[in-house]
Amino acid sequence: MDADANMPPMSRPPIEVPFTLNGMEVTVSIDPAERLLDTLRYRLGMTGSKEGCGEGECGACTVHVDDIPVNSCLIPTYQVRNAQVRTIESIDPSDVGALLSSGATQCGACTPGVVMTAVWVREHPELLETHTLRELMAGNLCRCTGYDGIIDGVRRSLDEGQP
Amino acid sequence: MDRIEGLAKLTGAERYVDDLPLDGMLWGMTVRSPAPRGRVTGVHFGSGVDWSEFVVVDHHDIPGDNTVLLIETDQPLLAGEYVRHAEEPIALVAHRSREMVRRAIREIEVTIDPDPPIFDFTAEPTQDQIQHGSDNALKRIDITKGDVDAALVRAARVVEGEYRTGSQEHVYLENQGMIAWEEDGVLVIKGSLQCPFYVLKAAVRALGRDSDHVRIVQTPTGGGFGGKEEYPSMIALHAALLALKAEQPVRIIYDRGEDMRATTKRHPSLVRHRTGVDGDGRLVAQDIDVALDGGAYVTLSPVVLSRGVIHAAGPYACDNVRIRGRAMLTNSPPHGAFRGFGAPQTHFANERHMDVIAATIGIDPDEFRRRNLIVDGQTTATGQRITDGTDRVALLDHALELSSYHERQDKHRSLNASHPYLRRGIGLAAFHHGAGFTGSGEVMLASELHLAGLPDGRIEVLSANIEMGQGTLTVFTKLVCDRLGLRPEHVVIADADTGRVPDSGPTVASRTTMVVGRLVDDSDTGDRVTQAIIDWHVERDEPLVGHAKYEPPPGIEWDETTYTGDAYATYGWATYVAEVEVDLRTYTARVTDFVAVQDVGTVLHETLARGQIQGGVVQAIGWALTEECAWSNGVMQNNQLTNYIIPTSDDVPPIRVSFVENPFAHGPHGAKGLGELPMDGPAPAIANAVARAIDADPRAIPLTPEHLMDLLSNGR
Repeated sequence: MDADANMPPMSRPPIEVPFTLNGMEVTVSIDPAERLLDTLRYRLGMTGSKEGCGEGECGACTVHVDDIPVNSCLIPTYQVRNAQVRTIESIDPSDVGALLSSGATQCGACTPGVVMTAVWVREHPELLETHTLRELMAGNLCRCTGYDGIIDGVRRSLDEGQP
Repeated sequence: MDRIEGLAKLTGAERYVDDLPLDGMLWGMTVRSPAPRGRVTGVHFGSGVDWSEFVVVDHHDIPGDNTVLLIETDQPLLAGEYVRHAEEPIALVAHRSREMVRRAIREIEVTIDPDPPIFDFTAEPTQDQIQHGSDNALKRIDITKGDVDAALVRAARVVEGEYRTGSQEHVYLENQGMIAWEEDGVLVIKGSLQCPFYVLKAAVRALGRDSDHVRIVQTPTGGGFGGKEEYPSMIALHAALLALKAEQPVRIIYDRGEDMRATTKRHPSLVRHRTGVDGDGRLVAQDIDVALDGGAYVTLSPVVLSRGVIHAAGPYACDNVRIRGRAMLTNSPPHGAFRGFGAPQTHFANERHMDVIAATIGIDPDEFRRRNLIVDGQTTATGQRITDGTDRVALLDHALELSSYHERQDKHRSLNASHPYLRRGIGLAAFHHGAGFTGSGEVMLASELHLAGLPDGRIEVLSANIEMGQGTLTVFTKLVCDRLGLRPEHVVIADADTGRVPDSGPTVASRTTMVVGRLVDDSDTGDRVTQAIIDWHVERDEPLVGHAKYEPPPGIEWDETTYTGDAYATYGWATYVAEVEVDLRTYTARVTDFVAVQDVGTVLHETLARGQIQGGVVQAIGWALTEECAWSNGVMQNNQLTNYIIPTSDDVPPIRVSFVENPFAHGPHGAKGLGELPMDGPAPAIANAVARAIDADPRAIPLTPEHLMDLLSNGR
């Protein structure tokens, strides 16, 4: 993709930001104001993460930075220097069977963010000792499912030990 | 069968319009009106920008007619001399850098010589506010059955009420977007949309090209709910104008703020009821006045009003009904299609009013409905005789039983009498929703579908109906598999590309499964299909294509001039029950349980059908409790998800869904349309529950904390 077309013109000198993306070392040369979401989508071609609102409300751009789910529309890319970034592209189809059969996805625009939060919950089941699943998933807005398909799918995947 | 495209969505592999790479692409943006009404006196390009780097388009660049053709032609594609709403498109700008075009657009100043706007659709316009016809009415529709005036005189009691609903934003998670480019003399427009042939017709008119030289292609669409029914034509043609002038591909992707500020919303409504009942609590007269805020142009308001008035008297039998409807012009951005299409507004009024009547005459709300629900052989407001065999009273009783309606009322009484700050209530709504286009709409659409045998033996389904999350791909695949004994991998659903597919009509009005799906089922390609197809292709050098065309169910008659007869081929029927809890410390209402019981004919796919109901209910919970557009001078002020509040997973309970299956003889395997039905019932059920919980009389939604505070202080 034509990365620079999507980016601010470089009024400041670019900075080099090395990080690990889905297990691979990458280095990008970017304007200090560039958002992680834009780096992923337009510079690195990882279009799975979506922009739903651009202000950290909807969660469609959720990725993991050092194992914490974040809204990538709110993170300047320089903040992930030397960090581990994990996106929806790292998810294997065999890992989302429960979400598929429960009806967790309809239009699919919120889905990558939902899956990244679901994976995080699955990898940290201790969260369920202090929070309900509905609380943990509340950072990902969905307008299609009414959430039951999502909650059922995450619960089922927790039971089955798959994300 | 799991959702066909489900894995692609769950792994982020699905490509939406903003995900498509395109070489040499420009970013387009829209210059919009800063004022709600007036003469455009100038478009000034700031001196700090080198405009030679930009492609700029205004109304002079439109090759054909300056209109977004829909029902009428009054809405310009780019306003030339006059604007009728704030945010109305005036010019377009494109550049290779998205950031450059964002900056440049801020350096363009549009000046307007203002005329007096009108924003209150319930107020009589002054002479200088009139902009359409003699009175600003975009459309009027009257329905008359029996003699309402005489029946009101004879009635034992007459109960009046006035009910309001606000505008609602769709909040499809994928914002609107389009790309356009020219390829061998053919203009290709691709994007997020529900109705490819609507866009094609609008393109032919505005671009002055024949339909062989324009192709409209749908990209996977991240939610629509009606919001991508008409407005995509506008964006598609904007992208096309820029692409033609630039001679390069152009992409226009709205961000959330622009999408919420500029595109359509649900019509606000004011509905007045005057209802006569006899001494036995039976309806003898329903006199109903429906007003909708249409916004600045006609767009789809006539048909939204049509569905609204047809549903206004509810699923009840009454011999004397008068419904007067009007959609009024205001200088707000045009209100448009939104799941339910006018019916949620009129059902809200009617079902809240049923509780008000029941309270007035001293009958339980459920018993009052039981006495009045249509039984087979009785007629609707348009005189349509219902003979489908659905027991609507049993359906209501099933919903009451599932929700422990009566037991909970007792529990709530004791809780409400003793709890320091929590109040609970339970409420219901009985309602119906006509499936498919209204009246003769389906006959006029004359939908056509093709099934093609591919050389490798697979079957390709060619239709204009699109996937936007509701499950078209899966349902069509399943129907073909069931019909021909094939496996899903042997079925291909063609892209909705007007260059390839026949016009099977728009993806709206809960019609895709019932009407177009039936065409899949009707296509007779025979058994042992795969081998036969391969044999065919081996023997001949020609494609194998089966055709199916819509045939109306027998005996359906509709008179458009008198608004009488069979308004829809069939209806979905439902009773919903909501339990709410109001916190007197925070003035917030929360839905704590929800039961949705409906007859949508045969359920073709349990997971998809349940998902449609649950999603529709939660969207309606938002409309009922939190979703409020704050308007100022015709501009939405809270055009962001930070302060336009839709429900999260933690704001809603599990939605308990139950289907009562009564097959519809003319749907595929007996299925009826279901997508819009769940939008109709939740708001009145919730308002009725709130009324009980706090012993007040809400007459409007959304029931935000501010509104609840008023109710608790004043009772109204």
